[in-house]
Amino acid sequence: MADTHSVIGTKNKKGQTFTDTWKMMNEAPRTPSFYTGSEVIKEALRRASCDVMIAYPITPQSEAAALIGELFAEGYIGDYFRGESEFAVMSQCAGAAFGGARVFTTTAGPGTMRAMENFPMWSGARLPIQMIVTCRGINSPLSIQPDTLEIAYLLNTGMLVWHAETAQDFFDWILMGYMVSEEPDVHLPLALCCDGFFVTHTKDVVNLTPADMCLPPYDPYRSPVPCMDMECPPVRMMRDPFVMKSNYISYATHASWQQEVWAAVERSRKHTIKWLNGLIETENTDAEVIIVASGTAVSQGREAIRLLEDEGIRCGLVKVKVLRPWPGEEIREATKNAKHIIVPEFNVTGWLAKEIKATIPNSERVHAGPRVCGGMTMPPEIIVSEIKTLLGMTTVSMATRG
Amino acid sequence: MGICLPNPGEAHINGVIVPEEKAYEEAAKQFLMAKVPTIFPGPLVLWAWNEKAAKKATAVRHLYNTLKECVQPGQTPMLIPMPDYRPKYPKINPEVEINPNHPNLTIWHNKIDCCMFIGVHCHQANLALKIIRGGTSCYTIAMCAQAGHEDAMLSFRDASVEKIMKLAEWVKKLKGTVKPRLTSAKSGASN
Repeated sequence: MADTHSVIGTKNKKGQTFTDTWKMMNEAPRTPSFYTGSEVIKEALRRASCDVMIAYPITPQSEAAALIGELFAEGYIGDYFRGESEFAVMSQCAGAAFGGARVFTTTAGPGTMRAMENFPMWSGARLPIQMIVTCRGINSPLSIQPDTLEIAYLLNTGMLVWHAETAQDFFDWILMGYMVSEEPDVHLPLALCCDGFFVTHTKDVVNLTPADMCLPPYDPYRSPVPCMDMECPPVRMMRDPFVMKSNYISYATHASWQQEVWAAVERSRKHTIKWLNGLIETENTDAEVIIVASGTAVSQGREAIRLLEDEGIRCGLVKVKVLRPWPGEEIREATKNAKHIIVPEFNVTGWLAKEIKATIPNSERVHAGPRVCGGMTMPPEIIVSEIKTLLGMTTVSMATRG
Repeated sequence: MGICLPNPGEAHINGVIVPEEKAYEEAAKQFLMAKVPTIFPGPLVLWAWNEKAAKKATAVRHLYNTLKECVQPGQTPMLIPMPDYRPKYPKINPEVEINPNHPNLTIWHNKIDCCMFIGVHCHQANLALKIIRGGTSCYTIAMCAQAGHEDAMLSFRDASVEKIMKLAEWVKKLKGTVKPRLTSAKSGASN
């Protein structure tokens, strides 16, 4: 039986040393580097011992996908090709993962929506594929601008869903993500989301682990399901009768199967807390006003808090890092003292506010906004204005910002 | 959902994390109390796909033989394989195999009131354990080679030849000290 521990300390064909991931992420020296989010994805993949990356162009992930093509040319990725469409890409990812490969892909907006049928299939088949989602508008008329609505559709697929705020989050979470999703009691796909352009196309200082260290390879023998081979192809599970029968046994099997996928999401909680140091991060949770946000709305919230401090208004912050598994208990605890819970979001429906309302007692405390969408930016002054209005204070009109 | 799985060196009994040693004792007791204590070996130990699997299979056979030696008259230990995971239609033969998609049929048919899964891929074991838990009153034990199973009433993790042999030792140690449930009204398994 394969044993990944046995390769620790040995080198791959590029001369990188397979390194204990905990040491690599927490103890190895870091080098500050000035990169775009897309470049950071490439640098994370350089260290990820990834077997297969499958690409398809769609803004704003195209640059990252192309950069990973360069990694393939350099010899860091086992295989790399362009699919015929996003649907094809996600199906091909499934094929590669069924075969026992560590798989990576990137998508965005309408691409995510087009491929949607595959995501519950990935979860049901227990495939630990990692998919970067650089969120953008999904609506007609066409929009390529930042908008996080597509995350709402991913929340019930059975995938793990994380929402990165910064390029640093991205770098660390890509590598840690494999460690969580490949645990045998989890073994689920991970949708690692960020707000397109804001993270992918802006430069930031990111502390990188040494380029000569890489993750231990994926060990398919720890999978909770058999790898595909020609004697036991997964299609037998689809073709054979239990999905086709209308009887109690068929329904019970399906129910048990779905429960097991969501139990695996729950089991990821323990591992995610270990690697990400909690599902949420908090500041000043004793304040009466708390901003709860995910993605770059967190950054805007931080700026709003700074502006409010200048006016003597104290405000706390909850950064929601992980959406699945949902950090309900953590959010309840962090907001227990709050009289007002502000949830700024980059989408029209306010899916995060809905989740929070369904989680905490006295949900009338939740103010589902401010919300921007379609590519609109969210100046921190808007958050400040809404908070001051909630507190019964006069605010300056934002109408003349242009 | 919601049960935390044990860390290395631990096990769980009814969702409560315990030292592994306590789980050996409880598992052995459950085997010796049962009218039809049964081991369900899965593909990972049924097929000699590597040396370790072959050794585990030998250990499983040893555990079964130990059970047979240690039970009292009226108790019927069984060894029923789960050779693969494909649903068996039109009808499974519950006397000779168990299947993760309808494991309750095998439990019901043989009136199994205590079972142990070993060598079954975790996803398939969890499917079976959920259905058994939902449709029978059979006591379930998982000897899992990975992280353990919250759907079993008692679960080991990191199963090895040594752990299987140790469980056999505990069965031997408790021989004659546990009163079998031979007179229970429903004989354990129910439908």
